[in-house]
Amino acid sequence: MDFELLVRIFPQVLLDGLLLGFMYALIALGYTMVYGVLEFINFAHSEIFIVGAFVGVELLLGLKSRGVLDTAPWPLVLLGVMLAGMLASGALAVTIERVAYRPLRAAPRLIPLISAIGMSFFLQDVIRLTESLWRNAFNLVYPTLEPLNERFELTSTLDVSAKSLVVIVAALLMLWGLHALVNRTKIGTAIRAVAEDQAAASLMGIDVNRIISLTFLIGGAMGGAAGVLFGVQYGLINPYTGFIPGLKAFTAAVLGGIGNIPGAMLGGIVLGLLEAFAASYMSLLTGGAFGAEYKDIFAFSVLILILIFRPKGLLGEVVRERA
Amino acid sequence: MIAATAAVAFVALSSAAVALFPRSILVFLLFQGSLLYAYVARIPGWLRATLLGAAVLVLMPVIGTYNGYYLEVATQVGIFVALALGLNIVVGLAGLLDLGYVAFFAVGAYSWAIFGSPHANVLFGGTGFPLPSWWFYPFLLIGLTVAAGTGVVLGLPVLRLRGDYLAIVTLGFGEVIRVLANNLDKPINVTNGPRGITPISRPPLPLEVSYAVGFYFLALLIVVVVILVNRRLEDSHIGRAWEAIREDQLAAQAMGVPLVRAKLLAFASGASFAGVMGVVFSAKQVFINPESFTFLESIGVLAMVILGGMGSIPGAIVGATVVTVLNLQVLKGLSLWLNELKNAGVTIFGYNLANLPTQLEPAKYERMIFGLILVLMMIFRPQGIFPARRRQRELGEQ
Amino acid sequence: MTSTRIRSLVALGAALAVALLPLGSGPAAQGKTIKIATQSPLSGGQAALGEGIKLGTQLAIEKFKVNLEKAGFKVELVPYDDQAKPDVGVSNAKNIIADKAIMVVIGHLNSGVAIPSSEVYKEDNLPMISPANTNEKVTDRGYPNVNRVCGRDDVQGPVGAEFAAGTLKVKTAYVLHDKTTYGQGVAEAFKNDLEKKGVKIVGFEGTEEKSNFDPIVTPIKAKNPELVYFGGIYDQAAPFFKQAKEKGVKAKFLGPDGLDSSDFVKIGGKAVVGTYYTTAAAPASSAQAKQFGEEYKKKFGKNPEPYAAESYVATAIAIKALEEVTKGGKAPTREALGSAIRKVKYNGMTGSIEFDDKGDPKKASYYVMQVTTDNPEKWSENKEAKRLAIAAPAMKK
Repeated sequence: MDFELLVRIFPQVLLDGLLLGFMYALIALGYTMVYGVLEFINFAHSEIFIVGAFVGVELLLGLKSRGVLDTAPWPLVLLGVMLAGMLASGALAVTIERVAYRPLRAAPRLIPLISAIGMSFFLQDVIRLTESLWRNAFNLVYPTLEPLNERFELTSTLDVSAKSLVVIVAALLMLWGLHALVNRTKIGTAIRAVAEDQAAASLMGIDVNRIISLTFLIGGAMGGAAGVLFGVQYGLINPYTGFIPGLKAFTAAVLGGIGNIPGAMLGGIVLGLLEAFAASYMSLLTGGAFGAEYKDIFAFSVLILILIFRPKGLLGEVVRERA
Repeated sequence: MIAATAAVAFVALSSAAVALFPRSILVFLLFQGSLLYAYVARIPGWLRATLLGAAVLVLMPVIGTYNGYYLEVATQVGIFVALALGLNIVVGLAGLLDLGYVAFFAVGAYSWAIFGSPHANVLFGGTGFPLPSWWFYPFLLIGLTVAAGTGVVLGLPVLRLRGDYLAIVTLGFGEVIRVLANNLDKPINVTNGPRGITPISRPPLPLEVSYAVGFYFLALLIVVVVILVNRRLEDSHIGRAWEAIREDQLAAQAMGVPLVRAKLLAFASGASFAGVMGVVFSAKQVFINPESFTFLESIGVLAMVILGGMGSIPGAIVGATVVTVLNLQVLKGLSLWLNELKNAGVTIFGYNLANLPTQLEPAKYERMIFGLILVLMMIFRPQGIFPARRRQRELGEQ
Repeated sequence: MTSTRIRSLVALGAALAVALLPLGSGPAAQGKTIKIATQSPLSGGQAALGEGIKLGTQLAIEKFKVNLEKAGFKVELVPYDDQAKPDVGVSNAKNIIADKAIMVVIGHLNSGVAIPSSEVYKEDNLPMISPANTNEKVTDRGYPNVNRVCGRDDVQGPVGAEFAAGTLKVKTAYVLHDKTTYGQGVAEAFKNDLEKKGVKIVGFEGTEEKSNFDPIVTPIKAKNPELVYFGGIYDQAAPFFKQAKEKGVKAKFLGPDGLDSSDFVKIGGKAVVGTYYTTAAAPASSAQAKQFGEEYKKKFGKNPEPYAAESYVATAIAIKALEEVTKGGKAPTREALGSAIRKVKYNGMTGSIEFDDKGDPKKASYYVMQVTTDNPEKWSENKEAKRLAIAAPAMKK
């Protein structure tokens, strides 16, 4: 075992893990938002997320073919593309809720789950159909925004790229914004009221349907923003790309205590760190007997352990139980 | 009387039609429909039993000689019915959401795959393996036991978890089993990793029947046993305990239901059915590798249970049948038919199908249609095809 | 109430089915139609590769069917989606052998689907020619109906090792693979051979990750090997190499034929220029390969996926054998076609192919190619770095 090597790469692995964690956290916000209000796993969130990424890449490719991409200031381009992605994903989320979930609101909780799974299959292939007709392509590549590819060498063993910093900043901003929205505004109060008791909320004059649509809009928009940032960060998307990150983000949301916004952030970071350390260190620590292929086992095992000792997740409330 | 005549005629005519048009998937679908009709029609119980018994015991194998593909579909239906019934105990009766159910299937499959193939020699040295093929039958029990044990191992730590926390842990557990199967080719080669295990021995069959027929009857036999066990369980003390837990855990506990024992039993008995079928599956396929045990398979079985009607035995059976038949037969048949139209250059509304761009190749969109059907089914029949009586009443009130 | 509804639904369904009866019954007459089936994933995450198999076959059928049509046969393609799932593949296979007009199957993409499905084809001696299954066990079972035009893992891996140790003369190498039958198989063969040649392997790992390779790249960068090998497909290899390069890994890159797609540079961009890959397909600059590339692009509007060329060749071989067995307007049989395929000598863009007694190509010629530009349109201009010919190992008994 090369101890010196272990120590030398430690800061970089820590940073890699944080980055991945913020990415998971961004996607997890959408799951947690919807879950917090309806206690329902929106399985189609991974497709909502990837639709944002597709809208983003289409816009960037459009800008590139017009030659605007390299001349326009990148923060403006990125912001515009993100907004478009958010809008598309938000609208999609609201539509899905209206069509596939609302008729099932009174049904047992597993019924909308299956509806969501069906929606997820359906959307994956709708995206594929659209893209294959439009571009005749399966894999789409994000055009690079040159300034974002720059790398900063912090120390001789630690460096970070500009786009990673953008992801971290965006994640923090979105978390803060969401937290403020839910806790400090009138809409937020209404959302919390609906989450607590739909019947009572409607008696207090809250339009429950509108609030639920709004929740999906916000959750979907978060997913869309995450999609664009995912594309910018990793560069390659296809219609099925959303599935695995979606699953991981869902795991992160549960790990942190589903329905809890800071919990999603914390869960994402914990999961990201676990994965990064497992992938980087497993082979070094075991002398090559086990390798990066065990990272998911490691991450899921720790998840199971954490949930055994904290059955409601890291930040979940321990008391409230619904009949 | 009219119903009885109609049912008999329907079954008889449709099976005759299959013999006449052995390649027509629609005709076979008609035959399957006739069985469903015989089940729901207002006819005397003895007639229903005779019709269904004759259909699965005699007609189906005969149909298989006209077109072996139908027998394969029927066998896979059998496999998935057993899986759905197993998951129905965990999800439908006890109300514990399990998203990693296929792990138990994998455990059963690998238990026979390792010992029923030369691969065990790699593991233990020597040349004593594969075990003689008759060992397959004891391994049905061994697979069952190992899977049930795995169920308890999973059940023990997660007893305190509820709802979605339980779901995510079982999901994680399912992934852990799959990734383990994919990775355990080093440091010790247990599963041969992604390259899988082959050739897996098939069991000796009596009366020199073909493997296709043999596996059909084997699957059928197991399904019958599973149904009997399920019915006994449902009406038993423990079955009521499960339903009590599903409805209200606190109240159940207060009434003296032993939570730990009941939940562990639910996991173990659900898992055991999957374990048995895993053994059958590995022998039927001759080859297995981790690709058969993905998360999507677990989701597929869950969809069968809920589509059929949670907590209901006929529901799970019909749900598994509908999903399997949809996937293997109806959607395939549809895209093959469209492909035939395309090859024949049929024109629709003045558009020649032969010019259809490859992006619109029908075979590519089977899963999309399947997803759409799931959504529509849930919206228009949320209680499932054959809901459990209790749930039917509940939904009726709302 | 509900049971009444079910009853009426069943009755309605039955009526509908009866009305549609003539549609599904299919053409009863077969004799004069020859169908060629493909089985590959047409939906799900591997759909792009699976579709390549289908399109390569389609192109070959359209191009080579002339002689069969002159002899009075209609040649049709029947694509099946195996969803990369063994149970679906087996059920399709049963359906395929029941359709007596299907004479040959081109497929599959995944060895895990190919092996159980070919057990079914064998029941009726239906020939299968695989364009992509590199697992040794596909042909080592010695079935008379199973063939493949692609190389085996235990051939392609050593080719890469020979190049790395002999030509590049690297002293240290890091090997990563994608945990699939294909990727892990070829990576292990590569690693074992390279170790024998005295090169130090500083890491050997697998990963199912598709997007974020940071945690894998960090230790690689610290260990600073001279060569990084990725056993897998371009859609994973390109992001991995790209992220490695961006993070400052200075090693040379090498991979198997899964990298042979213009999408490799489309995804990887400048970072992957200079990457080496081993492939059985002749350099796209050769006349036949160039023509294939152009025709494919013209017909389908995109560049060929990795196994499209192999599928094209497999279909061409099948059609050549079909011409042989239908001489004089004879109706072909599956058994006759199976032995005719074993006798075909075909010279195409993947070199000359002749099957040995277990269905492997007798001699596989391999090329080591180097990516020369980041322009996907100019993928065909990649330059040949080395040429090697290795025979498949004889059947182990």
